[in-house]
Amino acid sequence: MANLVIAEHDHGSLKAATLNVITAATAIGGDVHVLVVGHNAKAAADAAAQVAGVSKVLLADGAAHAHQLPENTASQVVAVAGGYTHILAPATPHGKAVAPRVAALLDKAQISDIMKVIDADTFMRPIYAGNAYATVKSSDSVKVITVRGTAFAAAAQSGGSGAVETIAALGDGGLSSFVSAEIVKLERPELTAAKIIVSGGRGLGSGEKYREVLTPLADKLGAAMGASRAAVDAGYVPNDYQVGQTGKIVAPELYIAIGMSGAIQHLAGMKDSKVIVAINKDPDAPIFSVADYGLVADLFDAVPELTAKL
Amino acid sequence: MKVLVPVKRVVDYNVKVRVKADNSGVDIANVKMSMNPFCEIAVEEAVRLKEKGAVTEIVAVSAGVAQCQETLRNAMAIGADRGILIETDVELQPLAVAKLLKAVVDREQPQLVILGKQAIDDDANQTGQMLAALLNWGQATFASKVEIEGNAAKVTCEVDGGLETVSVKLPAIITTDLRLNEPRYATLPNIMKAKKKQLDTFKPADLGVDVTPRLTTLKVEEPPKRKGGVKVADVAALIDKLKNEAKVI
Repeated sequence: MANLVIAEHDHGSLKAATLNVITAATAIGGDVHVLVVGHNAKAAADAAAQVAGVSKVLLADGAAHAHQLPENTASQVVAVAGGYTHILAPATPHGKAVAPRVAALLDKAQISDIMKVIDADTFMRPIYAGNAYATVKSSDSVKVITVRGTAFAAAAQSGGSGAVETIAALGDGGLSSFVSAEIVKLERPELTAAKIIVSGGRGLGSGEKYREVLTPLADKLGAAMGASRAAVDAGYVPNDYQVGQTGKIVAPELYIAIGMSGAIQHLAGMKDSKVIVAINKDPDAPIFSVADYGLVADLFDAVPELTAKL
Repeated sequence: MKVLVPVKRVVDYNVKVRVKADNSGVDIANVKMSMNPFCEIAVEEAVRLKEKGAVTEIVAVSAGVAQCQETLRNAMAIGADRGILIETDVELQPLAVAKLLKAVVDREQPQLVILGKQAIDDDANQTGQMLAALLNWGQATFASKVEIEGNAAKVTCEVDGGLETVSVKLPAIITTDLRLNEPRYATLPNIMKAKKKQLDTFKPADLGVDVTPRLTTLKVEEPPKRKGGVKVADVAALIDKLKNEAKVI
């Protein structure tokens, strides 16, 4: 068996999600190789080679990969796919764009968002917003898989001694082109990697209040900030704050849900958190049914008090 | 320009599904079925493009059991011009659906296919990207804004950390994210009109597609239940619990 992990990276460094996928690949068994598809991405490849458990890194470095367009990335994966039994990517927007394309080009089914490796053919994955867990067995010779990062520990970033092998980078397929990006530079931990998350819902009432009330608490705890779909739809915060079935899946040590009701789609994204705190003035809010500690209070009083007393 | 919009019939998003006692699946007998919400957004976007004059015809497609007709009528009530049902009782997995859709694309020759990014039952998030691969078309996934500019679609996509805008050459695949639009309600006159719109039915074999599942579901389980905890009296009590009991701060 041999596993190929499609690296998530920004050319200069490896993104944390890759480390969780390497752990999933290690659980499957056999060699673990990492493919870095990028432009001037030697640094990311070198970082991947250091990760514990990685025996080889393939680097496809070319101008066509500068923006990591999924069409070009998928073609590059397929070009090196021969000989691998498992091809894995993180279940991130980029991984989710690339992996199904790879699967279809290879005429293989994809197993999405795995949470557990049962054996080399069998995996557990959530369905119905995590309200059920399905164990599925693949009959394909090659398994294309996306991995739920929060379900696997991060592989150690050092201790590996993989060799970096440069492979021929494909040219641009000409199907799409990059126009622009608006990426918010976060000064906080990433939601999916944070130990503590302070998350707000519609109870905040406005974007101003969201920032005014929650930011001091998040600052004090060194927490990442999240939101419910309702808060994102109402424009309080940008879309990438959304935690839930179709947003980010998180599992921090501590999740503080403030002014949110707890729709099942939201719970799907955070119910694997170790400790959940809910602050809501409605004692019947469904969020209390999953919270370890519930505080029935007006958030505009309770949150500043909490911030002050910590 | 013709647009194809695949739509999926799923358990309504308000229904909390139950796992069957024998762990063979979830119980979907006698539960409300609806159009997958992301597919509804896809239909709405196609209708808006038509209202702007960028699109001339919208064809809705659904694959599955005979009742998928209702989902197609719903799409036509929102504004699709006609429907195609690929009828089968076989469990359809994303790769099979992508192959069926490719066969429909080969017949219909649309310039654009707009799909929901994922269905809320299997949460697979695969079909659009697979269809793009099979057709060798460009793809713009998780779209929050779509503009047709000549022979290309300029699409703003939701990515980690923010938004990315790409230009995909037509014909192309677009998959919809939540914030692309808010679908309209179908009005009663439009629901009545939809009943008279053309609906063609095929079988997978008519399209020459093998839909045999590649994945077997061995069992379906309830996730571990999270026990509701305690209510604390005040902020001081909360801090005490977090520090001394949970030890997370």
